[in-house]
Amino acid sequence: MKNCFKYLKTDSKSIFILALFFGVIGQNIVAQEFSNYEQEVKNETFLFEMVAVSGGEFSMGAKTDDATRKKDEKPSHKVEVDDFWMGKYEVTWEQYDAFVFGEFTPSQFKQSSELKKLGIDGVTGATTPYVEMSFGMGKGKFPAVNMTHYAAIMYCKWLTSKTGVFYRLPTEAEWEYVCKKGKTDSASDKGTVAWYKNNSKKAYGKTGTKTANGLGIHDLLGNVSEWVLDQYSETYYANSPKKNPWNKPSDLYPRVTRGGSWKDTADKLCCTYRKASKAKWKQRDPQIPKSDWWLTDASFVGFRIVRPKVQPSKKEIKKYWLEAITDYGLN
Amino acid sequence: MDLKKNNFTRRDFVKGSSLLAGGALLMPSLLTATPLMKKDKTLKLAIVGCGGRGTGAVSQALKADENVKLVAMADAFEDRLEKSFDSLNKMFGKDRVAVKKSKKFVGFGSYKKAIDEADVVILTTPPGFRPQHFEYAVSQGKHVFMEKPVATDVAGIKKVLNAAKLAKEKNLNVVVGLQRHYQGSYQAAHQQIQKGAIGNIVSGQVYWNSGGVWVRPREANATEMEYQMRNWYYFNWICGDHILEQHVHNIDVANWFMGGYPIKATGIGGREVRKGIDHGEIFDHHVVEFEYESGAVVSSQCRHQRGCKNRVNETFQGTLGTSYTDGGGNAVLKTYDGREIYAHDNEDDVNPYQVEHNKLFASIRKGGVINNAEYGAKSTMTAIMGRMATYSGKEITWEDAMASNHTLVPDEDTLSFNSIPPAIKDKFGNYPIPVPGKTKFY
Repeated sequence: MKNCFKYLKTDSKSIFILALFFGVIGQNIVAQEFSNYEQEVKNETFLFEMVAVSGGEFSMGAKTDDATRKKDEKPSHKVEVDDFWMGKYEVTWEQYDAFVFGEFTPSQFKQSSELKKLGIDGVTGATTPYVEMSFGMGKGKFPAVNMTHYAAIMYCKWLTSKTGVFYRLPTEAEWEYVCKKGKTDSASDKGTVAWYKNNSKKAYGKTGTKTANGLGIHDLLGNVSEWVLDQYSETYYANSPKKNPWNKPSDLYPRVTRGGSWKDTADKLCCTYRKASKAKWKQRDPQIPKSDWWLTDASFVGFRIVRPKVQPSKKEIKKYWLEAITDYGLN
Repeated sequence: MDLKKNNFTRRDFVKGSSLLAGGALLMPSLLTATPLMKKDKTLKLAIVGCGGRGTGAVSQALKADENVKLVAMADAFEDRLEKSFDSLNKMFGKDRVAVKKSKKFVGFGSYKKAIDEADVVILTTPPGFRPQHFEYAVSQGKHVFMEKPVATDVAGIKKVLNAAKLAKEKNLNVVVGLQRHYQGSYQAAHQQIQKGAIGNIVSGQVYWNSGGVWVRPREANATEMEYQMRNWYYFNWICGDHILEQHVHNIDVANWFMGGYPIKATGIGGREVRKGIDHGEIFDHHVVEFEYESGAVVSSQCRHQRGCKNRVNETFQGTLGTSYTDGGGNAVLKTYDGREIYAHDNEDDVNPYQVEHNKLFASIRKGGVINNAEYGAKSTMTAIMGRMATYSGKEITWEDAMASNHTLVPDEDTLSFNSIPPAIKDKFGNYPIPVPGKTKFY
């Protein structure tokens, strides 16, 4: 049996299609103990610190009678999430640039037979940006920003292809579960856990420089607003399934970010606050169609990764590798 | 007119429609129902150069004024033209993207046919062809939006300056896509500097340091001319090198804020990292010092090298304080003891690419005259002077450069895809690279 694999690097508008021929090698899936761990990445010096989060039931959304919270945060409803690991920090520029400027040759990735099992037929790289995407706020251990939702998902696919371990964005429910379980928004002074309008001096801070939440996870609130997997819907909460809800996106806009950012006031630094993506986040992209990969006006949007404890089937995983939707900048 | 509100309403409308019709829109029937707008004559729009930027510019023109219709398109390549047409048709529908099959013009020289059809033209080919297109558009009495840079050689600059004069005489509007002039943060910083907020500027630094742009490798059946036209970024007669194609934005800010143009330039540049077979003849870095009449010096850096520090912004030092600006909408002026004189709040700034077209069409409607062509040409010339300095290794004065007959671009009307382009490769497929100390500056 032969597998055809594609490695795409679109920054040169040239497409390299490398067909690799491997015999399928049976691989045992190694069971991972459910505790915190560090993920290494081939040919890179950085690690991803992953925190084990035991799933459970919680009340998602703001209290229905809480007049201080917006309508789209309600109603409060019971939701259950499975066990997963979540990145201790937001993805940094160091980690993100490894993808943006990385090599996309087969030797960089796991064997094609292994990737097939992760629902991966090919890996696509982001275009290199024309300008400096941190807008002078700093790179390295600072959080990566200005990537599209699609780019954040493709980053997870790239990481999965490098490691052989399924990584993805958190669902909106998983994100909120971690925020609430870790009592992230209970501090009376938001400044102890978050970079936000009052203390940020108009820029994000280095990841992990504020106190972690009760689960040991940093910067959930403030710093950068984090992409989650869901399509934004003001009314989804009222009808969402109880177990592992995910409003799978079918439209380019709006999608959800969580946690507020360095630009936001204290009221946005709340486990239930939802910020919907807008076409305006690409307004200074002068081209039509607009970039699949970069936002031009969202230096407050980043992301973090999760890994479900039980790796889903190939068919399930494929649902998470969303297709790009052409952006004509109309919405 | 409240441009922002106006613009917002239109966007909102388009959004509603696209949800209803999945992209096939029915805009004009509703839009022309606005009583005020009914009085306006329909302005016919043509595009010359249907890449991503040109397509973006058409969409902004159509959003800027409800009684504008795209009626003609021209491009060297049919596939680029059709891709652009499809995108625009999806966005605006066939009533506003009313380009008949017979009004799609392909190949060299097609610009004339498209320009003939229109009242307003968008000139967005690669820059080498711009002077000829602009000259023709003005001679035919058309209003113009044209992208930067406006030429790649001195002969082209002279053509644009002459046409700019003629455009003024004919009361034509010309907007140049140096969009920082239309961006709130830059306008505010400029105003502050004019007011003397940081005193007289004595020095500055302007940057476009990034990882570079796309490459389009040679295709098997392509003629040499087709290859260069597709992979145009890497050929000077078409592109002018990245010191023009991108960095002209920052150089233009220097000229704008300094209130004049440099009298001379010296520089260093080369090709250190990006030197593959599909990287044509351009450098991957240039560092230039521009000296102005007052003695003030602005240093300019542009680099296309991956994995290095990226930086795209401008800083100036005055006798009383400093200024920082970037394309992200930041403008911060400070005194030397660190006190903030001015910090721009960009929250309500309108997309500068949209403002360009809002202003252009508003001016056409009220019979005004905008003419950006002169500063567009002179800032392009400043970048050309920088390129002459880095290629030759010599000191270049504005006077000498302008007196030269420096010509890179052939007459487009004589070209075909079988013509031999100005850049000639050797038997290994490499093109001659400028050598400082040996290369003549013109």
